Amino acid sequence: MPESEALHASHVLEFPYSRSVGPVIGAFLTGLRDGKLLGVRGAGGSVIVPPTEYDPATGDDTGELVEVGPGGVVESWAWVSNPLPKHPLATPFAWALIRLDGADTAMLHVVDAGGPDQVATGDRVTVRFRPAGDRIGAMADIEAFIPEGGAA
Amino acid sequence: MSAQTTTEELGPVTTLATPIRLDFEFTPGVAQSRFLRGLEKGKFVGQRCPTCGKVYVPSRGSCPTDGVPTTEDVDLGNVGTVTTYCVVNVPFAGQSIEIPYICAQVLLDGANISFMGLIQEIPTDEIRMGMRVEAVWVEPEELTPSLASVRYFRPSGEPDADYETYKDYL
Repeated sequence: MPESEALHASHVLEFPYSRSVGPVIGAFLTGLRDGKLLGVRGAGGSVIVPPTEYDPATGDDTGELVEVGPGGVVESWAWVSNPLPKHPLATPFAWALIRLDGADTAMLHVVDAGGPDQVATGDRVTVRFRPAGDRIGAMADIEAFIPEGGAA
Repeated sequence: MSAQTTTEELGPVTTLATPIRLDFEFTPGVAQSRFLRGLEKGKFVGQRCPTCGKVYVPSRGSCPTDGVPTTEDVDLGNVGTVTTYCVVNVPFAGQSIEIPYICAQVLLDGANISFMGLIQEIPTDEIRMGMRVEAVWVEPEELTPSLASVRYFRPSGEPDADYETYKDYL
């Protein structure tokens, strides 16, 4: 049999895992569903976003939840010219580390800007949530960040 | 609807769906493709080792004992012997067959290796080592190059095989 007659087929392997999120990330996800961005105060008073149960520097329990955003600053970014099916946006976008107003850490999300010449480190961006009825308590409840007062 | 109403109605978020999905292209290669093309024609096709003479089904294209290519195709029959089996009583996610059911290793006549098959048309407590079984295929128009072409094996009605005939395949 010539090699050209060898078969091939598409297969899918999928595991429908779900995980419990705990009190702190649970509060963060509940906040997203409510259209709010929440951080948590760490041992030294800094605000960690997304919140953690323990201060990553000291290992101490973290404290109160703090509302942050909705605006923030792009700390670094990478442009995605050809989004893959699993990416959060179907059109070209930037992965970005965004330090939300009131936060001391940066959070990874996407910036929906028109092109790589329309996003820069230091740019101000603001959150764009999905419509309230579509939010389920997941990171994708944030549809994207967009340039503050910008075109996108 | 205010945000407070949403959380009051739904309660706090406690779980997160994190499905893991892998989309891939499977290429079985030339030797296994030959086996799969055979299934599409409603028959089991194996290959014989030119050195030791053993017949492998499905063939991987070489003999694992002698390390030489297997080049001779062998059409195997529809009938074989249950060498060993397992009765599945435990439900699991994605199960497509009604429990209890029998999963068996079937040694086709003329082959020197068994492969796994579903056994039906027999009460689960009547399955036994040495039982003679035959393949039941899907309708001719439903044949595909896939093991889904074999619906299952069922008792052939022949007397059980002597232990000596399959003891080397356990």
